[in-house]
Amino acid sequence: MGGDESYSKFTQQELPACKPILTPKWVVSVFFLVGIIFVPVGVVSLLAARDVVEIVDRYDDACVPANMTDNKLAYIQNPNISKDCTRTLTITEDMKQPIFVYYQLDNFYQNHRRYVKSRNDGQLRDAAKANQTSACEPEKTTADGKPIVPCGLIAWSLFNDTYSFTRGNENLTVDKKDISWKSDREHKFGKNVYPSNFQNGLLKGGGTLDPAIPLSEQEDLIVWMRTAALPTFRKLYGRIYVDLKKNDTITVRLSNNYNTYNFGGKKKLVLSTATWLGGKNDFLGFAYVIVGGLCFFLAFAFTLLYFIKPRKLGDHNYLSWNRHPAGR
Amino acid sequence: MGRTGGGRRRDRLRWSKLYTFSCFRTPATSGDAAGGPSAHGGSAVGGPGFTRVVHCNNSAVHRRKPLKYPTNYISTTKYNVLTFLPKAIFEQFRRVANLYFLLTAILSLTPVCPFSAVSMIAPLAFVVGLSMIKEGVEDWRRFMQDMKVNNRKVGVHKGDGEFEYRHWEDLAVGDVVKVEKDQFFPADLLLLSSSYEDGICYVETMNLDGETNLKVKRSLEVTLPLEEDESFKDFRGIIRCEDPNPNLYTFVGNLEYERQIYAIDPFQILLRDSKLRNTSFIYGVVIFTGHDSKVMQNSTESPSKRSTIEKKMDMIIYILFSVLVLISLISSIGFAVRIKFDLPKWWYLQPEKANKLDDPTRPALSGIFHLITALILYGYLIPISLYVSIELVKVLQAHFINQDIHMFDEDTGNTAQARTSNLNEELGQVHTILSDKTGTLTCNQMDFLKCSIAGVSYGVGSSEVEIAAAKHMASGNDDQDIQVQDVWENNEDEIQLVEGVTFSVGRTRKSSVKGFSFEDDRLMQGNWTNEPNSSTILLFFRILALCHTAIPEVNEATGALTYEAESPDEGAFLVAAREFGFEFFKRTQSSVFVRENFTASNGPTEREFKVLNLLEFNSKRKRMSVILKDEDGQILLLCKGADSIIFERLAKNGRVFEADTTKHLNDYGEAGLRTLALSYRVLDESEYSAWNAEFLRAKTSIGPDRELQLEHVSDLIERELILVGATAVEDKLQKGVPQCIDRLAQAGLKIWVLTGDKMETAINIGYACSLLRQGMRRICLSIPTGDQVAQDAKKALLSSLTTDQAAKESLMLQIANGSQMVKLEKDPDAAFALVIDGKALTFALEDDMKHMFLNLAIECASVICCRVSPKQKALVTRLVKEGIGKTTLAIGDGANDVGMIQEADIGVGISGVEGMQICYFFYKNIAFGLTIFYFEAFAGFSGQSVYDDWFMLLFNVVLTSLPVISLGVFEQDVSSEICLQFPALYQQGPKNLFFDWYRILGWMANGLYSSLAIFFLNICIFYDQAIRSGGQTADMAAVGTTMFTCIIWAVNMQIALTMSHFTWIQHLFVWGSVGTWYLFIIVYGSALRSRDNYQILLEVLGPAPLYWAATLLVTAACNIPYLIHISYQRSCNPLDHHVIQEIKYLKKDVEDQTMWKRERSKARQRTKIGFTARVDAKIKQIRGKLHKKAPSLTIHTVS
Repeated sequence: MGGDESYSKFTQQELPACKPILTPKWVVSVFFLVGIIFVPVGVVSLLAARDVVEIVDRYDDACVPANMTDNKLAYIQNPNISKDCTRTLTITEDMKQPIFVYYQLDNFYQNHRRYVKSRNDGQLRDAAKANQTSACEPEKTTADGKPIVPCGLIAWSLFNDTYSFTRGNENLTVDKKDISWKSDREHKFGKNVYPSNFQNGLLKGGGTLDPAIPLSEQEDLIVWMRTAALPTFRKLYGRIYVDLKKNDTITVRLSNNYNTYNFGGKKKLVLSTATWLGGKNDFLGFAYVIVGGLCFFLAFAFTLLYFIKPRKLGDHNYLSWNRHPAGR
Repeated sequence: MGRTGGGRRRDRLRWSKLYTFSCFRTPATSGDAAGGPSAHGGSAVGGPGFTRVVHCNNSAVHRRKPLKYPTNYISTTKYNVLTFLPKAIFEQFRRVANLYFLLTAILSLTPVCPFSAVSMIAPLAFVVGLSMIKEGVEDWRRFMQDMKVNNRKVGVHKGDGEFEYRHWEDLAVGDVVKVEKDQFFPADLLLLSSSYEDGICYVETMNLDGETNLKVKRSLEVTLPLEEDESFKDFRGIIRCEDPNPNLYTFVGNLEYERQIYAIDPFQILLRDSKLRNTSFIYGVVIFTGHDSKVMQNSTESPSKRSTIEKKMDMIIYILFSVLVLISLISSIGFAVRIKFDLPKWWYLQPEKANKLDDPTRPALSGIFHLITALILYGYLIPISLYVSIELVKVLQAHFINQDIHMFDEDTGNTAQARTSNLNEELGQVHTILSDKTGTLTCNQMDFLKCSIAGVSYGVGSSEVEIAAAKHMASGNDDQDIQVQDVWENNEDEIQLVEGVTFSVGRTRKSSVKGFSFEDDRLMQGNWTNEPNSSTILLFFRILALCHTAIPEVNEATGALTYEAESPDEGAFLVAAREFGFEFFKRTQSSVFVRENFTASNGPTEREFKVLNLLEFNSKRKRMSVILKDEDGQILLLCKGADSIIFERLAKNGRVFEADTTKHLNDYGEAGLRTLALSYRVLDESEYSAWNAEFLRAKTSIGPDRELQLEHVSDLIERELILVGATAVEDKLQKGVPQCIDRLAQAGLKIWVLTGDKMETAINIGYACSLLRQGMRRICLSIPTGDQVAQDAKKALLSSLTTDQAAKESLMLQIANGSQMVKLEKDPDAAFALVIDGKALTFALEDDMKHMFLNLAIECASVICCRVSPKQKALVTRLVKEGIGKTTLAIGDGANDVGMIQEADIGVGISGVEGMQICYFFYKNIAFGLTIFYFEAFAGFSGQSVYDDWFMLLFNVVLTSLPVISLGVFEQDVSSEICLQFPALYQQGPKNLFFDWYRILGWMANGLYSSLAIFFLNICIFYDQAIRSGGQTADMAAVGTTMFTCIIWAVNMQIALTMSHFTWIQHLFVWGSVGTWYLFIIVYGSALRSRDNYQILLEVLGPAPLYWAATLLVTAACNIPYLIHISYQRSCNPLDHHVIQEIKYLKKDVEDQTMWKRERSKARQRTKIGFTARVDAKIKQIRGKLHKKAPSLTIHTVS
């Protein structure tokens, strides 16, 4: 043909192509293969989740003094009432160290747009940008106009319950180092940025920060600033590097400072171990097993279908003009 | 230029002396003496609407006001440098979706917007910018096209009798130009003189009205002396005429020349875009330039066409908008409720410092503000890149169409030109084709093939139809499958069917002589003298050689003769006569000279025949005659014409061969040949002179009834004819046209021909391209005037009295009769053809009648409308479009490329995928958009998005759009060869198999399912537990990123499942999109401004097995339902292309060729038109014949 230079497999759409056809063999083997992969993955995940030992203790109600249970708000808002509270936990299974200590909040909308927006990353990172408080409404500056560092609602509402653990007489140290992401500490929260004017306003939010410690070392803040996706969330409080035995009794001394009574949120203390897959989450394993099982079933069903109602591949009788001869 | 000097003398013929009808010159030459219409024209000049003044040969006057007219520069572009931006932007924002995105982009500058401004504006700018670039490039192409035209060159008088070549665009009103043979006229011209002595020239107006026959134009007598370059030295004249207007067929104006005023009528006007033919050169004065010219006045700005799919797309967008509004309402109500009842308790949000966007004391107001936020937030339901992707796909498709080697014309080196890419996908959905260019279907090259002389049929060559039939019979397949394909594939052998039916086959018949394919030894080499009726044969040849209006031209180099004939038929006759030994070699004013080579005397003799009169052909008469005196002094009238006309004029003793000839004529007609009957009459001197006196009187009479009189007089002499025989010429179709029409017909497309040609031309072409055939019942609708006038003077009187009303009633009756006929027809093989002329169409298109007409037309296998005006074309198109409600394809100016027509049946692949593409867009955007909505329910309807702004921005523009484009451009469900072999596959398009509501809803449901799976699986996996062995839990960034990863995988897997054709491009785009996502998240994650997504993949998610496990799980879960669907459909309810794919895959077509052939033939729609249908009919007829004669059929294949 003429015009050789304009002729190429590309322009003529004649590139070598693979044209997979969904033959019964393929259908069955694809479903079978998915099943083969998914069921074991599911089983392994389930086993991993089973290995995790988790102790959850809800303390928001229990820590309210008996005389104030019908006015929890007054209790939590009164600075003169001691917020100290003691809880006793019994270990149900052996727990291998490290044991993770979490606090869990419920019905707390860290994902609210008004909340999520209310921060300024520049200010957190760079001491020179302390005056950058844009987006931090309504917690930008103090009443006399001084910039708050760290500004914004997220920092202002910092969670401030504290826990200490003892087993018998043995003090279980909670290691609060490295509970945040390394990149956060090293890059997002400045080593020379110190809290200032924080929680100085009339309206007290959550926890306070030690003005002498740079933000990069305020790991509770760093963890808190990673807003959670859902209104129920857990955040890492610290790690205990001690193996716990079954039936061990742990005494928890906690100061119940954080106000969740206002909006009926629960507060829970969680002790948990973790595996390679994370915490105690059966869902992934079940989901894998179900999808894998479904695929096995489908492989079987299609095999059955091909036996009951076989259609020879490329059977011309199935062409529309052969099937509806009248329609011609 | 060089040859004109020589050619000039040769062309010195006064045609007006010879011509009877069309070249009649008004004897009155000066305006004041002119009667009738010219006087009327003269009086109008100068009044309103007739203000143009042209100073001939003095264009300088027209360079300044007040006589400054536009230049001859034309521009058909939509935009220019200045208007491009505003106009193109306006065009873009006429689309609902774009307007919506513009609004959101503006709102993104306010705090209402949930996203950063840049993430709203960037995609919009990208999308709109891309569309505008596309517009710009297309307009640039138009500009280049214009430049090409503007830079054509033409000879212009520059003064002192010297001509120079100038660009068309530099022409000005008043310039004298010299146009040479086969050139286009650069502007509307007044013809001053031509290479013919009496200022005649031939013009082809194909580009104007689609008529293929040449038109004769003549100059005013007074300008005839301006016949040489030098004579323009001092030429001056003033033309006063009408203002520019679009009317092609009228012209009112006069010429003031040498202090006399002469009326100009349309005969002297040469229109731009028509072509000079058969005339060496002409001189003319430019009257209208550029956009003032009639053809440019006629071109209307083409409205932006929108395809049906695009309309449907809009509809779906509206649906999505409704969904959007609905969920926004839900969301804002939820927000208002939460704000009123819950927000005051959420101390961590400091509700007491709330602004008006979330003020618990004014929940209604906040709710309204939030509605806007939500409308923007859920905007990802609307696929912003839909339009631009589809557009891009179309541009690329157009590019591939342009590059397609199968549409490469080797003669001209041109490829197909897809002028606009807007309507590509419509190609796959065509239901009815309206062709308005019959001329492009045939080569207009006649081939003399057969003749019947004295009741004996000569000529053993076969027409294309016969060859096909013979091939089929010989192939011996006794069932219904007809392998027309084979006929075209190998045509080198020769087939003889014994028992009287003989075909010698082939393209092999191509003799060295163009226009002559006749083969029969009985007539060649002078053998005819041995035939029993040799005297009749002699007459027959003489008629061929003498009865015409052609001029011989000697090629100076080779000495060979060529003929400049008005119609190609005549050319073929003359060539045939020459081959038979009757060479017409010279024409003088009064005589025709023929060199007879194989007469009885057996040596070349030159004979001179005096031409006494010439009654030329026109469409009313359907015949032409010459009256000559031969060397013996005998006066002969030779007449050729349509058989019906000739037969009714035969003398009693002239009907000897009538029966046989009629039979032969029918055979020829069936074989697809154009036929003419030849006859003669011997006149005695007295009879002739009596008639001639009357004729001269009629010829010199003045007045409107002059034509009528002439016709009447001619009619008197063209009687008592003696039939000699008949000719059969084949009008060769353009290469590929029969196949093309055949395939289109088999693909189930309807073909209508709307032509400006005369009825008989249209019918002839209809025959030639198998839209009509013998044995088809033809329903002719016409208003009883016109044709009958010539036949019956009385009736003419009556019909002139007929009012429109009566005409309408008669038409109504005709339509009713036609419908009745169709209804009563029992034979399923009977085919009807509807032929309607322009006049009847005027009435048929009126509101009360058009549905009746349409219903009749739909029943007919083919529809031919003749003499249709451009407006009627549009009306018919609209009628069909609205009446049938299906896509129609009109073939007309600009697209008169046969290859394009051929290519229309490749639309299958395009259409299927086009619908799929759009469905996929909705799928992916629903899957994505709804997850945002679900998240809202978990975020207090606050308008927070779980995804980073930049993810969302990239989703539509980068991460999911390229695979769809590759699907649109490169997908082939079956290869193009198979499409051609199984035309019925095309029906998948018009039946809208790929884009019906069932399917759209299915995809939407799939999107809904995917969104649910993606969101809730991820939420459950990442609910509250640690995601890593290090005990860290997932924050919003981690959840959002994982969900987004799942979406990217799910939608790209989905598109991979819909593809059936993977080249490296598809692989690159699909897997590249997924890869790009990971690349992006790494790059973006290394930027500090990415906030919580900083190092999200490398530090947080990458090392977490849970992340990868979730991706795999969700991707699988999202795609399993679709996989089930396609597996089930394929196994239990396969579509045609599925089965064919499998046959191809298993190579069954090679193993079981009988099956493959059988299916291929079955795949054709039963049609009543087209080549195959014709071959069918022929076979039936031959079978019938053979059946009578012999029970068995023996086939010899002579190799």
